Amino acid sequence: MSTSSRRPSPRRFFAVFLLAALLVAGVASYYASSHPDGLEFVAEKTGFLDTAEDSPAAASPFADYSTKGIDDDRVSGGVAGVVGSLSVLVLAGGLFWVLRRRDTDHAGPAGASGSDGSAPSTPTTSGV
Amino acid sequence: MHVPDGFLDAPTSIATGVVAVGGVALALRGARRELDDRTAPMAGLVATFVFAGQMMNFPVAAGTSGHLLGGALAAVLAGPWTAVLCLSTVLMVQALFMADGGITALGTNITLMGLVGVAAGWLVFKAVRALLPDRLGVVAPAAALAALVSVPVAASVFTLLFAVGGTAPVATDRVLAAMLSWHAVIGIGEAVITGLVVASVVGVRPDLVYGARSALRSRTLEIRQPTPAGEAS
Repeated sequence: MSTSSRRPSPRRFFAVFLLAALLVAGVASYYASSHPDGLEFVAEKTGFLDTAEDSPAAASPFADYSTKGIDDDRVSGGVAGVVGSLSVLVLAGGLFWVLRRRDTDHAGPAGASGSDGSAPSTPTTSGV
Repeated sequence: MHVPDGFLDAPTSIATGVVAVGGVALALRGARRELDDRTAPMAGLVATFVFAGQMMNFPVAAGTSGHLLGGALAAVLAGPWTAVLCLSTVLMVQALFMADGGITALGTNITLMGLVGVAAGWLVFKAVRALLPDRLGVVAPAAALAALVSVPVAASVFTLLFAVGGTAPVATDRVLAAMLSWHAVIGIGEAVITGLVVASVVGVRPDLVYGARSALRSRTLEIRQPTPAGEAS
């Protein structure tokens, strides 16, 4: 194959990036520190932590990054992390897809998609 | 740094809510210029990665932990306006689904992490990039420095809000000293994560890094050689 394809295609890059995020949220997060974070710690030390109120969302099935009904901590946290990540992906990704500039100017030769060999077959490129 | 309900009084929460709505409205306009067919999916993944990264609390010291805020990271990878929307989406999902950060405090959290964190990170990044040569190798260190600064800046703005509208009578200087010292340390973790992630992406797909565009353009102009288009293998 040609040496010009030493970069991964955007599609492959996106897949790896997503996998990395899901692994962090779904697997690695189990090993995260459970100590209070900076703000919570400061609130406790300086004496205003007890002004915190329970969130109205505390009854959510994924409250505190654990899934209601799953007893195993590892699975419970992992499911909550993956569900949360995918929620963000759908909401943010959908928003950005709607907001994006529609570049129909350089649909022709090379252009920005020069390194992406699959450009002609991409179904999302709307016709001019 | 997720502020729960109750830390700040209603007027302050309403004020930060108004600031957040205004900031998001501006970002919805500004992000249009940053997003296209290739960067829109990237930006969605950046938001997803920030959500995941915020789950990874790292131990700091003496029973404290910190986690990525992600403002500088998102700004460098996706552009500053898009980053505001990334962080706002993450904070909304966290507040509504995970009960992480309050509901009446959502405006406060968007202001602190979405607006202040992103703005501080982006301004430092731009300043470093302006001072150093416009090269790809500068992008990740500049992002790390931006991340380092963004955390204590956001912590300071929280303290300011607490001084104005905190519900507990605690001396501001005590809160400021504690917030700054801990978040200076947390900022180091933020810098390490941001630097590593940006360096990784710059290493494989620099064209997908918003903050690397100018460096990539100048490099492309210098050394790119014409490749025959019809090199069908």
